[in-house]
Amino acid sequence: MYKWIHQFGSPKYFYDISFPLSKWAAIICAICFISGLYGGLVLAPADYQQGDSFRIIYLHVPSAWMSLFVYLIMAFSGAVSLIWRIKITDIIARASAPIGASFTFIALVTGAIWGKPMWGTYWVWDARLTSELILLFLYLGYIALQSAFDDKRIAARAGAILALIGVVNIPIIHYSVEWWSTLHQGPTISKFDKPSIHLTMLIPLLLMVVAFKTFYITTLLIRARSEILDYECNSSWVKKYVIK
Amino acid sequence: MLEYIKIFYVILKRDLTLIFREKTDLINSLVFFIIIILLFPLTFGLKSEILNTIISGIFWISALLATCLSLEAVFRSDFEDGSIEQLALSRYPLILLVSAKILAHWITFGIPIIITSLVLGIFLSLSSKIMMALFITLILGTPILSLLGSVMAVLTIGLRGGMLLSVLILPLSMPILIFSTIAIQNAASGQSIIAETYFLAGILILAITLAPIATASALRIRLS
Repeated sequence: MYKWIHQFGSPKYFYDISFPLSKWAAIICAICFISGLYGGLVLAPADYQQGDSFRIIYLHVPSAWMSLFVYLIMAFSGAVSLIWRIKITDIIARASAPIGASFTFIALVTGAIWGKPMWGTYWVWDARLTSELILLFLYLGYIALQSAFDDKRIAARAGAILALIGVVNIPIIHYSVEWWSTLHQGPTISKFDKPSIHLTMLIPLLLMVVAFKTFYITTLLIRARSEILDYECNSSWVKKYVIK
Repeated sequence: MLEYIKIFYVILKRDLTLIFREKTDLINSLVFFIIIILLFPLTFGLKSEILNTIISGIFWISALLATCLSLEAVFRSDFEDGSIEQLALSRYPLILLVSAKILAHWITFGIPIIITSLVLGIFLSLSSKIMMALFITLILGTPILSLLGSVMAVLTIGLRGGMLLSVLILPLSMPILIFSTIAIQNAASGQSIIAETYFLAGILILAITLAPIATASALRIRLS
């Protein structure tokens, strides 16, 4: 078990296995994405209340899930790298941040586009929206901290502490924002109550969730590979690869 | 144990002496705090209804910004002259030394802000209920800002100045801002502020237990 972790933690081994992994993830992502989109946009019936505009959930819901998931991955790998000093987890945390920020941004933008016809406005100071926006700022803060350091290893470990504090803070932020929005304005707009979702709508959604997960894995591995080359640019195996 | 209390006291006294000898940081942060508060009556006019509805936000936004600016100074001079490395090399736990520094920051920047806001509150003719809520939220909230901010201050010493520090602190301190302003607004409308006070106290206890550990490990990373 430990041997496997050590092997997995070595940058060269990770570099070697990450290419086929990212290829397979990309293939699964493409299949799920195309079939999910086809199922969601063509096969699924229009919602009886929202018409066709509900179809944006096929982008919105997976990206909103991924925005939190990626932050947790970032914090978890940050914790691992703080405790066991594994280089790969440093790289995974650093490479995840821009992807997670993009997912958060997509979730916010698709939410705004959906809100215009449904709620009559692009932005509502609703608890979920506000905490998602704060999450975006947490990501941007992490990225800003990463780019401020010259030494990438110190940057990664400093970022790990920031991400861990963020994880402790996210439930507090979410709860406080919920508290604030319910006390302030009350439910002026009835939320998008999920009617027990029909199977023809649910299956494409699940396919899209898988597509987003595998998309994350693919982009993460591609980013991680270039980061590894940058990290290890002085070691002999990288030189060999580059010469080849 | 007694030795630890003694070393805590020594560091605290050293930091307080340093800050009181070189008063510019202290005075600047207070002047900054007062100026921001004064900007609001100037921009919103003297109509007291508007001021009364936004007053809770005014005090808390100013306190937050003033703390952001003052935090940079906590570790900077020690970092520049290398004394923080000597502290880290000593045989006492770094958490202890770091907590003493955070307490020194709160005594020199948090308490003056609390006192100034009470004085300004009298000038802005706040009711006694609002003053009480303001006092309670500030006394519970400013230590959280010092604790949370010190982690960020250590992470960002010597990098891109205070802008980066503010970008890191402000999103994380939003819960404190929200609970405090709700409490003051509740007090203004004659409601109970118990729930918000408990929340702030809970966050404070969480911050006291976790922030010194995070600050100490951040310091080790920055010194490595």
